[in-house]
Amino acid sequence: MSDLVFKGKAIKLGDNISTDDIIPGRFAHLRSHLPELAKHVLEDTDPAFVTKVKQGAFLVAGKNFGLGSSREHAPVVIKMSGISVILAKSVARIFFRNAVNVGLPMFICDTNKIADGDKLEVDLAQGRVKNLTNGAELAFNKLPEVMLKILEGGGLVPYIKKYGDFKVR
Amino acid sequence: MGKTLAEKILSLKSHSDARVGDIVIAEVDLAFLQDTTGPLTIRQFKESGFQVLAQPQRTAIFLDHAAPSPSGQLSNDHIFLRRFAKETGCYIYEVGDGICHQLVAEHFANPGDVIVGSDSHTVTAGALGAFATGMGSSDVAVALALGKTWFRVPESFLINLSGAFPKGIYAKDLILYLIGQIRADGATYKALEFSGEALARVTMPQRLTMANMVVEAGAKVGLFPSDEVTKDFLLAQGRGDNYKALFPDADADYERVISVNLAQLEPVVSFPHQVDNVFPVGQAKGIKVQQVFIGTCTNGRLEDLAVVADIIQGKRRHPDTRLLIAPASRQVLIQAMREGYIQSLIGAGATILPPGCAACLGLHQGVLGDGEVCLSTANRNFKGRMGNPKATIYLASPATAAASAIRGEVTDPREVM
Repeated sequence: MSDLVFKGKAIKLGDNISTDDIIPGRFAHLRSHLPELAKHVLEDTDPAFVTKVKQGAFLVAGKNFGLGSSREHAPVVIKMSGISVILAKSVARIFFRNAVNVGLPMFICDTNKIADGDKLEVDLAQGRVKNLTNGAELAFNKLPEVMLKILEGGGLVPYIKKYGDFKVR
Repeated sequence: MGKTLAEKILSLKSHSDARVGDIVIAEVDLAFLQDTTGPLTIRQFKESGFQVLAQPQRTAIFLDHAAPSPSGQLSNDHIFLRRFAKETGCYIYEVGDGICHQLVAEHFANPGDVIVGSDSHTVTAGALGAFATGMGSSDVAVALALGKTWFRVPESFLINLSGAFPKGIYAKDLILYLIGQIRADGATYKALEFSGEALARVTMPQRLTMANMVVEAGAKVGLFPSDEVTKDFLLAQGRGDNYKALFPDADADYERVISVNLAQLEPVVSFPHQVDNVFPVGQAKGIKVQQVFIGTCTNGRLEDLAVVADIIQGKRRHPDTRLLIAPASRQVLIQAMREGYIQSLIGAGATILPPGCAACLGLHQGVLGDGEVCLSTANRNFKGRMGNPKATIYLASPATAAASAIRGEVTDPREVM
């Protein structure tokens, strides 16, 4: 996460997008073949999702995003599809931790003020989203220090490689 | 101010005065992985530069989700996991041994333990008073290597239970009712702590059913205090010495208290495609069911099979309804055979599947067809969960499932008991 300001278009989804929506169990045989698995990301929700995502796009969701299974493959394939940041009204606990652990920034804000296709500017350092289409400015949640550090390093694996242990004050 | 059960366990395991909102590093008593999240866990472990487990005797691999494997790719994942177990000296439970959460309850979990698994239903072991929670592959990989992990100490909800279950109503109805009240995100990041005079009558299998599903309300953990039920279960599993008295302080601070009188519950069904879409069974009455699936980490235990065998005894499944039954573990299957349940069920037209996750997550052993309806005792009914986004899944107790298998449509179990 070297850049702290991201620009891109919003791809809007609804409430309660589960990990079975993101990457269903029926593709479990592809979990050790991630590029193949990534071709199916969110296909039951929107069959055109993969072709819609332009590199750097934002996934914008409603409440309780990522509920369900602990499969870390879910944020991995979303990241592989080209999504740079996920914004949601609320997020399920395991998915939230997994997204940060794979180096995919995920923040909570009032996504009612974002429509599909809106141009957004997300400033991670300032903790805010600017909707360039309608002018709205949205503040998002502050992450605990340990999660910020993990995100800054690009995920938990690079973080552990660097520090060898958790650094919590 | 006193401490909740969550604060107490995390204080013990972090050697600090852990309070709600604190970030703590806690020792891990058991780290485990299963066959669909395990390969990524091991790749992250190796990618991080680790080769050696912090605690091989406190690490376990379970081959349960794709068991026996339905594809070459998944068989290769199994080979990869078996090789890792040999290299590192950790436990491995083979195809047919059972579901990870049931085996963790049978062989590992103790009051006051911290357990992390790369599976969201790791919360099941909270029934034994273990702070058990699901995590992703990277988090579990680091726990394997360091023998510890970080937690934010959660706020707790107190679930205060009184009364006794009436005939035909079970722990599954209670937890579905609670999820319907709390909603799917109502307890996100929270600990649910079960309490009340009714607990003395709530058996360990029932507690496992309840703890198993707290994640469907978003919770991080679902905890039971230790008592005679805990002690007896540990004793029966040969771990009597691991019993530890552990309960919250009387003046602990709870964010929310939810009281339920078990006597006032009724059988409920969770409608597609959300677990919190809970209604009295009467509202689903008459919905035709092509497949009934009984088993899983939620409801595949001996007590569940006893209820089903009792209802189905001398009857048959409806000709238009397949009845699939998967015992949660080898121990459960052996006991169910000894009790004669399996013979009754097979005689009633059931198909017995090997101990494991079976049809629950859409990989194999009962994938639904287009437009088909399944009544399942599992914990999730998300769209696509059982392998086909064009199918629908209703969740209910084993009794409701058994009654519905006989009638071929969703049925109130009290009508056939």
